[in-house]
Amino acid sequence: MSQRPTGPRRAPQGRTPWPVIPLAAVAVAYVAFPLAALLQRVPWSDLGSLLSRPLVTDALRLSVTTACAATGLSLLVGVPLAWVLARTHLPGRSLVRALVILPMVLPPVVGGAALLFAFGRRGLLGGPVYDSTGFLLPFSVWGVIAANTFVAMPFLVLTVESGLRAADARYEDAAATLGASRWMIFRRVTVPNAAPAIIAGAVLCWARALGEFGATVTFAGNLQGRTQTMPLAVFLTLESDREAALALSLMLIVVSLAVLVPMRDRWLASVP
Amino acid sequence: MRLLAVVGAPALLLSACGEDDATITVLAAASLTGAFEELGAAFEDTNPGVSVEVSFAASSALREQILAGAPADVFASADPSNMDQVVEAGAASAPADLAENELQIAVPAGNPAGIAGLADFADADPLIGLCAEGVPCGRLGREALANAGVTPSIDTNEPDVRALLTKVEAGELDAGIVYVTDVLSAGDAVDGIDIPAEDNVAATYPIAALSDSTNREVADAFVAFVLSDQGQEILASYGFGTP
Repeated sequence: MSQRPTGPRRAPQGRTPWPVIPLAAVAVAYVAFPLAALLQRVPWSDLGSLLSRPLVTDALRLSVTTACAATGLSLLVGVPLAWVLARTHLPGRSLVRALVILPMVLPPVVGGAALLFAFGRRGLLGGPVYDSTGFLLPFSVWGVIAANTFVAMPFLVLTVESGLRAADARYEDAAATLGASRWMIFRRVTVPNAAPAIIAGAVLCWARALGEFGATVTFAGNLQGRTQTMPLAVFLTLESDREAALALSLMLIVVSLAVLVPMRDRWLASVP
Repeated sequence: MRLLAVVGAPALLLSACGEDDATITVLAAASLTGAFEELGAAFEDTNPGVSVEVSFAASSALREQILAGAPADVFASADPSNMDQVVEAGAASAPADLAENELQIAVPAGNPAGIAGLADFADADPLIGLCAEGVPCGRLGREALANAGVTPSIDTNEPDVRALLTKVEAGELDAGIVYVTDVLSAGDAVDGIDIPAEDNVAATYPIAALSDSTNREVADAFVAFVLSDQGQEILASYGFGTP
């Protein structure tokens, strides 16, 4: 493990350059103010009855389960991918990294359309699968998980890759000289060393999946109880039932904060 | 409506106010997509220096944008109810009907699921999509299904009519209820199945200049242009009926 302070790093000589604090305050206010404006519209007195409506409970249950499933899938393939990006010198690594990060910067609707062309009923892979088995990703909960994974996995891969880069590779060398197999080194040395980054990556991935909208509505459709996640429910009720939409928004904010606030500084210490 | 054809000379009206460059923002229902793009271009042609930016979405989404104070000059809704709410809020006045539209069942080219009519919407096997309930095409589609006594087995409620059409066009859905004009706009990719007149529901499209318009003269001229003979001809070429 590299030597790294576990607390917040100090500014040189303990002093903060004067423009930093006000500018940082502007940054915080810019995010906090609109959220506060939203909270001020929340119908607090009816909150209980609004949050117990099937529209809300169905969406909450679906969002939480699909975000967990997407995070699980992302961990399964994303951690190995991060290892490949951090530890190998394969040609075209930059290209692979750019490709994997692409869903982070693409409009999610584009991702949803791409998923349809690949895994839809007439898709490159989805077509033959549907014809032979009748299995269909779109309009099912599996479609929601697929869309969530597509959009959220890059957050995990990037975070874990930086964590692996920051971790001291000599521990792995030492394990190798002691005769450990490569798989054992990966499981017993690499992954535990990168655990903080893996946790941070999983949390970011989960939170991003929870908020996924564009790819989901494009690829998986929108049906209460089956594919209508919280963001979809917010979007569709904002026009017809604003109080329910605001209650759902509040729920999204609270749930997201609940997983983001406990993130330790040191988990992110390795993130650039 | 015919009376309004008298105002069909917005070009003169505008050139009288000088050669100022002006941009107006038109918020139009998703089902007006092709027609309003052409109307905007035709209006620009007859009024040099004027540019028309059209933003399309579900009428209900546009209504919310207007009520939230989005800067816009003209609102064209796919149903009177969304327009009424805008008028009640004082954001527009004196809307006029610009077009009528009817519902039709859209199926992918060749009708792979063999959809014959609204009755097939009760079948759980084919993949069926409707517009979401809060959207005009969703409300009207449910009315038509109720008229036909059908309880649909829905697989998705799309946020607007173009999203629904796109999924039918791509063959991801077997059928959806859209407007006649949408089926026409999709060309060969989509087949239309008529809904019998006794079940069908007509959609009326109102248009109005918005009170907060910063270019009220141009906005009024654009509304007049849409209602003029030339505007109505363009709308008819997209399958819209005269109100």
